[in-house]
Amino acid sequence: MSTERKFQTPPSLAAYAGPWDKDAVKHLLRRTMFGAKKDDILYFTGLGLNGSINQLLDTSLPLPAPPVKEYAVGNAMVPDTIIGPGETWVNDTNNDGTIASYRRGSFKKWWVGNLINQDRTIRENMCIFWHNHFSTETNDVSNAQYVYKHHNLIRSNALGNIKSLVRAMSIDPAMLVYLNGQNNNKSAPDENYSREIQELFVIGKGTGADFTEPDVKEAAKLLTGWRINATKMEPYFDSNRHDTTNKQFSSFYGNKLIAGKTGATAGDLELDEFINMLFANDEAALFLCRKLYIWFIYYKITPEVEAGFIAPLAKLLRNNNYEVKPVIKALLSSDHFFDMMNRGCQIKSPVNMMIGLLREFEVKFPTPDMYTTNYGLWNQMLSYFTNLQQNLGDPPDVSGWKAYYQEPGFYEYWINTDTLPKRIQYLDSLVTNGYTVSGFKVVVDGLAYVKKMAAPRDPNKLIDELADHVLGIPISAQHKAQLKRDILLSGQSDDLYWATAWDLYITTPSNAANTKYVTTAITNLIKYMVDLPEYQLC
Amino acid sequence: MNRRKFLNGYLPAGVMIPSFVNGMGFKAFESGHTFLNNVLLPGGDNDRVFVVIQLNGGNDGLNTVIPLDQFSKYQNARQNIFIEESKALRLNGVDNIGLHPAMTGLQELYNDGKLHVVQSVGYPQPNFSHFRATDIWMSGSDSRQVLNTGWLGRFLDEMYPGFPIGYPNSTMTDPLAIQIGSVTSLTLQGAAQPMGMSISNPSSFYSFVNNQIDPAPNSYAGKELSFVREMSKQTQKFGEVIKAANAKVTTQSPYPTSNSLADQLKIVARLIKGGLKTKIYMVNYGGFDTHSNQTVAGDTSIGYHATLLGNVSNAIKAFMDDLKFQGVEERVVGMTYSEFGRRILSNGSTGTDHGAAAPLFVFGAMVQAGVSGTTPILPMKATVGDNVPYQYDFRSIYASILSNWLCVNDTTLNNVMLKNFQKLPLTKLGTCSILNPVGNPDQLIVAYPNPFHKKVTIQFKSAGGHTMIQVMDSAGRLVKILIDANFEAGTFRVDFDGEYLSAGLYYIRLQNQVIQQVKSVIKI
Repeated sequence: MSTERKFQTPPSLAAYAGPWDKDAVKHLLRRTMFGAKKDDILYFTGLGLNGSINQLLDTSLPLPAPPVKEYAVGNAMVPDTIIGPGETWVNDTNNDGTIASYRRGSFKKWWVGNLINQDRTIRENMCIFWHNHFSTETNDVSNAQYVYKHHNLIRSNALGNIKSLVRAMSIDPAMLVYLNGQNNNKSAPDENYSREIQELFVIGKGTGADFTEPDVKEAAKLLTGWRINATKMEPYFDSNRHDTTNKQFSSFYGNKLIAGKTGATAGDLELDEFINMLFANDEAALFLCRKLYIWFIYYKITPEVEAGFIAPLAKLLRNNNYEVKPVIKALLSSDHFFDMMNRGCQIKSPVNMMIGLLREFEVKFPTPDMYTTNYGLWNQMLSYFTNLQQNLGDPPDVSGWKAYYQEPGFYEYWINTDTLPKRIQYLDSLVTNGYTVSGFKVVVDGLAYVKKMAAPRDPNKLIDELADHVLGIPISAQHKAQLKRDILLSGQSDDLYWATAWDLYITTPSNAANTKYVTTAITNLIKYMVDLPEYQLC
Repeated sequence: MNRRKFLNGYLPAGVMIPSFVNGMGFKAFESGHTFLNNVLLPGGDNDRVFVVIQLNGGNDGLNTVIPLDQFSKYQNARQNIFIEESKALRLNGVDNIGLHPAMTGLQELYNDGKLHVVQSVGYPQPNFSHFRATDIWMSGSDSRQVLNTGWLGRFLDEMYPGFPIGYPNSTMTDPLAIQIGSVTSLTLQGAAQPMGMSISNPSSFYSFVNNQIDPAPNSYAGKELSFVREMSKQTQKFGEVIKAANAKVTTQSPYPTSNSLADQLKIVARLIKGGLKTKIYMVNYGGFDTHSNQTVAGDTSIGYHATLLGNVSNAIKAFMDDLKFQGVEERVVGMTYSEFGRRILSNGSTGTDHGAAAPLFVFGAMVQAGVSGTTPILPMKATVGDNVPYQYDFRSIYASILSNWLCVNDTTLNNVMLKNFQKLPLTKLGTCSILNPVGNPDQLIVAYPNPFHKKVTIQFKSAGGHTMIQVMDSAGRLVKILIDANFEAGTFRVDFDGEYLSAGLYYIRLQNQVIQQVKSVIKI
């Protein structure tokens, strides 16, 4: 069909030395922060490459305040009246079915709020990366406090140490529920977690990942005895339920024998040995680096990418004792990340696309004190995500979303004849009519957006600036000329037609007919732009 | 693309030549394909539809089709979740199995001659990962082979070469395949792109702007851009025909409510009756990963798994009733499948862990009702690693459907299935070709000594043609292929030196034409 596609330079971890121009900045921001705000583009341009990466990886910023009670208790059997409206519920052990479902809702809406109001770091992006990696479903976990705790574990370790994160995840209450760890006991081992920790969390399914069925069974025995203390909302180890026999692993793990232990510390000791064994295997770092590559760069891992990029990245991860931050730093600073071949080639996830639109056009939400209205507005975003097949908090199953693992299409699985029309419909709806909760309307303000441009009265520059800002790959001059004629000039050919209308709008906004014309033209232009297949890419 | 012969791959269905039906066996018909093709093609295309129901999560086969003839072993292995013998639903003329008590709909279909149960469907070296196992089923690959195309994607690629370029056209006005839901399945992935389209609501399509098309750059971005553009083109092309077909049907017979599978099948029935030429419909229903709380304590006939199976059974029954009501019953065959069955031994959380082979259902008015295969051989005292060994390769089901329902010829079949798989008599005699129905044949395998220590001799009967003898261990892993060749009809012997094996239960599997049999042997 086409000639061979080639990288500009062979994949390697060599640092990017090309120009630090707006295109490079936008590429970096679109891949790390869900769309690029204009202010952010300026800010990061000023920081240079190193400064930008350091800013994105800044972990000193405080975590957001936890989700709050924004729901009415309705006909809950055990209402949580001790929690006042607007207060957080995350430390209250109430697990009434109705309350739990309200709280899961509260948590998910709160998450959307964090995405919209994110600071200039990669944290929100990494939260979804880990959510996809350690995929759990809030509906299955059920207990909202566990759900929040699980999320907070990810959030506070977003750029932390993968080895300690996996260790913590293994006895995280939500995970103990989701993959049945709490039921795993010596008389009847449950293999759910012991399989997924190897297959999906640490070792993966690469060609070199040769753990065996007996490894799954031995790991299940090793992980027996962990329970959840519902009052403390913490895991504990019950040695009576623990299988104290020796655990013999296969040659893939160097025939490691983990001696069975007894007593109160047995669970911790064996888990430590098990985690050490998993991460002693080279596949662990390779697997995570491939996932990071697919997340941040592209899904096609060619042999030259594997050898030139993945392998050294994995080595870096091992050499840093599984600290993730230096690895992401190397990845995002690399020449390969900025290679022209790798730009604009990701199909946006639903979250990336919808949040990106809100950020790009700086769509306004109410002030934080109007929390019930905000939660209501965030809820609408959640249903957009869900209808587009990215139900945040509830991925399809323990392997996360198909876009990040399913051969051969990967990101292409976001888009099909069902979801593509919906994507366009939701984007259009935010651009044209918006939606309203408690009298507050969320909608793109096209006029405000265009007013901030350098030369809005010049239809050519207006279209150039808009296209440059939001499209993942450029459109041709001819295409823009047609847009100008059809939309801004209303079929005329003289640029003055637009300039005059714009000037009149600025001087005399009370001229209703003219203001309506300008408003409609801008709305149609933005709508056209975000309807383009080019907008689906980043 | 043109190297693929368009209509050559297709046998006209419904075309029946009396002399073929009378007196000519399966083998004779095989050579008749070319003859039929030469005489009758190009010509009538067929209006057959195939519906695939995916049960996501790994359905517990042993609690779906209850092994009545091994009941004490079954009960022993599943003390906390076994279905009581008295509650298993009986099938007319069948005494060795019963259905889960929630599956009254399927029981009715069976007794009505519209259901075929295939026992112990699986493949050698079963994989226990949901994701890998699903890929294996969807792609039709070997256990360790990775295929990036789906089996139905390859079929549609063969039938409609070059798709989507040049489509719709006079031979195919409609989508080749429709998946209900918003997710694209690997099953429909063709060599170059997905061969099906996904819809969740046939009445809502969104119109796009008519964009000026800039050339796509020669980069990864260009590749993805072309993909999005292609999807948008297809949405526009087929949106209207689907809307129109959907709108044509205004009355349907009743479907159960609060049953998402029924909701999906209801749409499928409407689109079939509405006149779409679409060959393949895919629906799915999830939640079968029953590691815990599979049944209610105290009454194993109810609970989570019962609800799932009840919904599956009621949905299929309502769908079949509706197809009959619409007068299109004879055009539709469907099958259920799940990525694996579950372990023989239940676990401590009143559930079951990932397993291997499991039964599947083929349904339709043109289905040959019956049960293929015997109940799985269960150990006296099941241990945690024990799995149901497979009797039928899942690709045998695929090959049978392609060949005997969709009437694909052998060359095409080979291109789709990539290997030769035996065909089973799942659909009625003469639907496309003639398959001798197979009753439960005599004992075709004798193994001695049994138990054995070093060497075991296997005596087997072949009816002639391709014959295979495999040895599998108790977890379903293939230990050795002893025979894989063409034979004359007769009785043969082969020795197996099993001295190196560890002690335990093993299975000898014979496959010959449409027959397979499994025999257990014990190594001491």
